[in-house]
Amino acid sequence: MTKKSFRIKGAGRLTPARTARFTFDGKTYTAYEGDTVASALLANGVHLMGRSFKYHRARGVLSAGAEEPNALIDVARDAARRQPNVRASVQEVFDGAIIQSQNRWPTLAFDTGAINNLLSPFFAAGFYYKTFMWPKEAWAKLYEPIIRRAAGLGVAPKEDDPDHYANRFAHCDVLVAGAGVAGLTAALSAAETGAEVILVDERADVGGALLFDTSTMIDGKPGYDWAQDVLGRLKAMANVTVLTRTTAFGYYTHNFIGLAERVTDHLPRPGKNLPRERLWQVRAKKVIMATGAIERHMVFANNDRPGIMLASAARTYLNHYGVAVGEKIGVYTAHDSAYEAAIDLKHAGVEIAAIVDCRANPGEAVVSAARALGIEVLTGHCVLDTSGRLRVSSMTVSPNGGDAKRRIAIDALLMSGGWTPSVHLFSQSRGKLKFDKANDRFLPDIHVQQGVSIGACNGTDDLSALLAEAAAAGGGTLSVSGSSAYGWTGGMIGAAEGAGKDTVVKAFVDFQHDVTAKDIRLAVREGMHSIEHIKRFTTNGMASDQGKLSNMHGLAIAAEVLGKEIPQVGLTTFRAPYTPVSYGTLIAHSRGDLFDPARKTPLHGELVKEGAEFEDVGNWKRAWYFPRRGEDMHQAVNRECRTARETAGIFDASTLGKIEVVGPDAAKFLNLLYTNAWDTLKPGKCRYGIMTREDGFIYDDGVVGRLAEDRFHVTTTTGGAPRVLAHMEDYLQTEFPDLKVWLTSTTEQWAVIAVQGPKARDIIAPLVEGLDLSTEAFPHMSVAECTVMGVPARLFRVSFTGEIGFEINVPADYGASVWKAIWERGQALGACLYGTETMHVLRAEKGYLIVGQDTDGTVTPDDAGYGWAVSKKKPDFVGIRGLKRPDLIRDNRKQLVGLLTKDPTEVLEEGGQIVADPNQPKPMTMLGHVTSAYWSENLGRSIAIALVAGGRAKMGETLYVPMKDKTIAVEVTDMVFFDKDGGRIHG
Amino acid sequence: MVEFATRTLPLSGFHGGSSVASLTPAAPAQRVSLRARPEDVAALSAALGLPLPTSAKTSASAGQRTALWLGPDEWLVIDEGEGGLMAALETSGALHAATDVSHRNTAVVISGPGASKTLNGGCPLDLSRKAFPVGACARTLFGKIEVVVLRTGETEFRMEFWRSFSDYAFGLLAEAAEDAAI
Repeated sequence: MTKKSFRIKGAGRLTPARTARFTFDGKTYTAYEGDTVASALLANGVHLMGRSFKYHRARGVLSAGAEEPNALIDVARDAARRQPNVRASVQEVFDGAIIQSQNRWPTLAFDTGAINNLLSPFFAAGFYYKTFMWPKEAWAKLYEPIIRRAAGLGVAPKEDDPDHYANRFAHCDVLVAGAGVAGLTAALSAAETGAEVILVDERADVGGALLFDTSTMIDGKPGYDWAQDVLGRLKAMANVTVLTRTTAFGYYTHNFIGLAERVTDHLPRPGKNLPRERLWQVRAKKVIMATGAIERHMVFANNDRPGIMLASAARTYLNHYGVAVGEKIGVYTAHDSAYEAAIDLKHAGVEIAAIVDCRANPGEAVVSAARALGIEVLTGHCVLDTSGRLRVSSMTVSPNGGDAKRRIAIDALLMSGGWTPSVHLFSQSRGKLKFDKANDRFLPDIHVQQGVSIGACNGTDDLSALLAEAAAAGGGTLSVSGSSAYGWTGGMIGAAEGAGKDTVVKAFVDFQHDVTAKDIRLAVREGMHSIEHIKRFTTNGMASDQGKLSNMHGLAIAAEVLGKEIPQVGLTTFRAPYTPVSYGTLIAHSRGDLFDPARKTPLHGELVKEGAEFEDVGNWKRAWYFPRRGEDMHQAVNRECRTARETAGIFDASTLGKIEVVGPDAAKFLNLLYTNAWDTLKPGKCRYGIMTREDGFIYDDGVVGRLAEDRFHVTTTTGGAPRVLAHMEDYLQTEFPDLKVWLTSTTEQWAVIAVQGPKARDIIAPLVEGLDLSTEAFPHMSVAECTVMGVPARLFRVSFTGEIGFEINVPADYGASVWKAIWERGQALGACLYGTETMHVLRAEKGYLIVGQDTDGTVTPDDAGYGWAVSKKKPDFVGIRGLKRPDLIRDNRKQLVGLLTKDPTEVLEEGGQIVADPNQPKPMTMLGHVTSAYWSENLGRSIAIALVAGGRAKMGETLYVPMKDKTIAVEVTDMVFFDKDGGRIHG
Repeated sequence: MVEFATRTLPLSGFHGGSSVASLTPAAPAQRVSLRARPEDVAALSAALGLPLPTSAKTSASAGQRTALWLGPDEWLVIDEGEGGLMAALETSGALHAATDVSHRNTAVVISGPGASKTLNGGCPLDLSRKAFPVGACARTLFGKIEVVVLRTGETEFRMEFWRSFSDYAFGLLAEAAEDAAI
């Protein structure tokens, strides 16, 4: 059997010499370069391209553009480069493309899911809402899994996407969306004034309707040729950026437009450097919407068979792609434009079976032109039904309101219900629409942003008026003239003859979701009177359609049943994106290493060399522990904990938040931000501070060193650094603007090396100059500026382990060098490196708090056992009033206490709930929960910290932590487990 | 005898760029975060030897010093020469807060005809010559991080950021520079 070609010699603009081969459901086809998958399949006589979502009805391509609801295909280059739900009418064929149809099993021609079509009486609108109501338990176990399996179109690829995507921010004076007659004219007009212009069009070629409309002449040339000339002129101008294959998918606030540029989807072998798609985020001073109009289908029985399509689509396939969509074609129309499709096809040698026009009086010019060509024109007639299983084979025609039926054999049927202006971008910009009753359409009325609508999307039908409007919108003095062969009249919305009020035929309004006219009437009868409810009940216009094809028909049918005028029924919201946008495009560069910044300390490279395992703390990579050969985490941490107390441990504390507070009012400011008093702190000394929010709960903590009368070095928790600075700035700017003090983040200025343990001083002493490190001269909680290895440093005598401890701050670039020297000395003296896990254990052994772990935003300083850190003398600080609230001073609040398990080898689970009576039936009275729990190698037993209601009054009592498989008995103790008198810290 | 510490630069070993935008780690520089009230600007300017800029998106340079306006009372002062910024400010006698942030920040110089496109891969600002002439500066975003951008020439920018973001900043710049070359 030889394959028949539906290419028409001499028609279209593609070059037969340049071909591409692709497969569709495993069968190989040849296309011309520039073909879409749809045009290439049609050229091969293939109309069946998909199955509908609900009823699995056989569907062909309906359109030649982005509004396509039926021909959704899966396009692949290889296993990983596969994209489902691509519109065959948009996807350009590339050599080697692997195309699959969707929503069918086992094959497109024989799909078992089509049984749904026979069962359709059970699948009426709202079926899911009504059917899967009870029993309640069945929802999660039965209904939802089944629905989820059946729902959704296409199959998402499982492999990682090997392509990359790019992002570009751009600004321009004028952004023109749509490069049809209006858009090109406006762009050229604007560009000639010197304005920075970005012109975008979703198709590969500019021209818009000129792709099919061959009878329009502009500036003395065929429209399409004129469009290519203008494109050439625009591209030659330095102030113009033309982006084709680019969709303006969203119009956001302040003239912010999202563009998705498809860079490689049409290329057979894209260069590795090319992003698959590029997201453009454009801020435009002015947005010119030249988005055109979309032809509507006719709503009649079985209007969805393969071979039935929009008249303009057939005209595009003929005039641009050189493809005849059939050999004996019928036309069913309510608008003059469909006649031109028939006339063009007839000229190309295709038989036109008949033009059926529901109007009694169509435009005279098109009717005479058609009749002059010998085409039968049936005015005042309707198409009542069609037949044909996988391809339309006949249409049943009848006079309006009459009984006489005539069956006409056809292999394609072109429809036109008129044109719906594409007001999607305009609506996204929050513009207000008005209803043009004479033409049954919504048009832009009030633009609320700096935008203007021109051309078909603005309802400007007359070519001369359109050209003038477009040139004016561009702001230039451009003058363009043009003429069309025919003026167009007509159009209808709602169900056509035979699919009206009392009928039960399947007349599709929304092809993608199988919504029929009957479904919309049912929705109204069931009480959905708002168009928003009707939309959700029936799914009309949802998903990728977004009202492109179905909207006006659905509205008209609802309005008729409701007995209301269309503007009273309203219009659903047009949501962005206009057409689907890949996730890859939206995240662009934010993948892999660039997904989120991984912050590394100045010592990171050294930590890696020492074999550190890292953990994520916020965006930071922190050394977690340093396993030696053969050690697991537990063994490594035990060794680190032991060594730090026996000899010394060295720790990278660089991530600690640091804020320099400078100015004559610095102490006064800190007095207001912390619960403690700071004016009494002498330069050279440090103090542990607690910061509460206005509500009195702990917000952050840290050691603050006073370097000079007017300069403090504030430290915060690692995770709290940004928000603490913001919190302080907020109060400084809004509550205390008169204070002479300024805040600067210095977290990253300093590399911080903590050396803790009995030998800490021995390790660092030889490296430090200009400072007596003896306890007498430099006791615990001291700070000094000195020199470390010839570098100006800030040395703190502080401890988060309970051992004698120093924190050496050196300018970050010197950190690695100083670390190496300290580690060299440390090794000689038997010290170890330790990470955050050991840091946690050591501090817990001493009962030191970790904000965010032992506190959760509902813990006051007193709850945490830090009541001593709240000044009783200060007249004011952030949180002073909050702390006086009755609930915050009542008895039996949850307080931090220590817990010791009766079985010393049992380590509690953090988060474990605490009860007094383990035998109480559920729900049990929970007294609190475990906030920290570790194995303490130094104590040879487990330790824990917990929030327990009235905890401090329960010392010595036995409480219980019920777990899934056992109940753990614990004794309430104070929080200091190791070195209870605290002597070691002063050694 | 104490050995002296050596510097390890956060961007050492980083190189990248494309045919339209080279990416070069900037040399170490002294940087000061300067905060002061309007009445003290004149004295501080005199001490620094350059007029501290007082309007948004502007900078002022003298010799190897540049002061970038970051806010009504905030400047980033960069000295690529001898340094001495803290001492100079100290001599002003004017009320101010100066904090050394030389090591907090690091910088990349983006140079070439595609420099602004490269930055616009992650920076939402209008970097056209009209909106962002030579000398213009801003604290802004580059992808997910805060940066300070200074236009140092018709086709050259300096991007300052905190050192821990080096991998991210350079990685995104490198991808954006590649894309700008397409």
